[in-house]
Amino acid sequence: MMEKTSASPWMRYASPATFYPLAGKLQPWFAGLAALLTIAGLWIGFFVAPTDATQGEGYRIIFVHVPASWMSMVIYCAMAFWAGIGLAFNTRLSSMMASALAPTGAIFALLSLVTGSLWGKPMWGTWWVWDARLTSELILFFLYLGFLALQAAIEDPKRADRAGAVLALVGVVNVPIIYFSVKWWNTLHQGATISMTKSPSMAMTMLWGMLLMALAFWMYSIAVALARVRNIILERERHADWVRGAVENA
Amino acid sequence: MNTILVALRRDLLLAARRRSEVVTALFFFVVVVSLFPLGIGPEPAMLRRIGPGVLWVAALLATLLGLPRLFASDHADGTLEQMALSPRPFALLVAGKIAAHWLLCGLPLVLLAPLLGLQFNLNPGELQVLMLALLLGTPVLSLIGAIGAALTLGVRGGGTLLALLVLPLYVPTLIFGAGAVEAQSAGLGSSAQLSILGALLALAVFFAPWATTAALRIAIE
Repeated sequence: MMEKTSASPWMRYASPATFYPLAGKLQPWFAGLAALLTIAGLWIGFFVAPTDATQGEGYRIIFVHVPASWMSMVIYCAMAFWAGIGLAFNTRLSSMMASALAPTGAIFALLSLVTGSLWGKPMWGTWWVWDARLTSELILFFLYLGFLALQAAIEDPKRADRAGAVLALVGVVNVPIIYFSVKWWNTLHQGATISMTKSPSMAMTMLWGMLLMALAFWMYSIAVALARVRNIILERERHADWVRGAVENA
Repeated sequence: MNTILVALRRDLLLAARRRSEVVTALFFFVVVVSLFPLGIGPEPAMLRRIGPGVLWVAALLATLLGLPRLFASDHADGTLEQMALSPRPFALLVAGKIAAHWLLCGLPLVLLAPLLGLQFNLNPGELQVLMLALLLGTPVLSLIGAIGAALTLGVRGGGTLLALLVLPLYVPTLIFGAGAVEAQSAGLGSSAQLSILGALLALAVFFAPWATTAALRIAIE
């Protein structure tokens, strides 16, 4: 950060060669925080939070389900942000960041769908309900799959980055439109089904558990994205001298 | 405007020389729609209930069928590169090509839909709304689809990939398109859905040619 020669010091880390060691240093911290927060969050979720009056013990899956769906949306925005920066300023690292985030986001979307249906079984009696949120989460998952498939299908990494960026930006414009159209569709079609917005008063401890788990997922996502971006850097920059040095020293 | 017309005229002329492609997509639409009663059963009440949705889903798929060809042949023979290099604005040329795609793949669906709607026992009022909704919705499908076609240009397995990219983005159009007919048959009036479809069309007309152009420039670089 104390670089005097560069116009803006933080820009220094836009170069893969300087970011690689930084990411390596930061990654264990985020991973450690993720582990600690997960333990704390799960402990509150399983042992501290009271049993829900209407839903019994089954509700405890929200400590995974809700943070996972938050995370899947946040990561899509982060991915589109980095992809957009990469497209606009032609910075390689930003595009690598976008590619590194995509699999984590897809996994969170899938996790949210699976936990949603596990929750749905005891609550609604079916594995799947065409609830507005479940449906839009499903479509978000499809958008992630599209991004991953497009990047995988294009061999030239530069073109893959830029094509992925256009898709991510188109997707991020569409996500709110899709969300509201699905919501609207849902209210039209399911007049009297149970809505997922439950108990008006959520116990304070439940909220804390959820927030802790959300933070834990944040830390996990950052840690995993950093680890993945390091691999992408090594793969893409394998012709550079510093990479050879870094690999030999490791 | 002139630029759009140049590209439009050229694509229409090319399509007129190879009529079978357009007819194939149309035939596909008819066949897919006709398969549903065979799979589900011929009860008129049920068919009337699912008709709008079936017609819309078939329209999505039929539009998708023509999309890989939108830029492929021009890309293969270098025409696309010449368009990108030409002094005329590339985005307008692209807009002309998209308009041609809609005239060839979208408009025939709109015109054919009432006929198929009759098979699904829809009444005249519903048929009218169905046509209007398709008239507003199919251009959106062509516009969004063009972005996907440009992104997958020259990519291995482009056709299936295109479907994966584009179909999730078609969800709002499908919901409001089919919703318009359903609202009409429920006696609620369809103006809300049609207005939203119009809004989607306005958004797509503004943004899609621009995004398609960006994607094409990436593909031909």
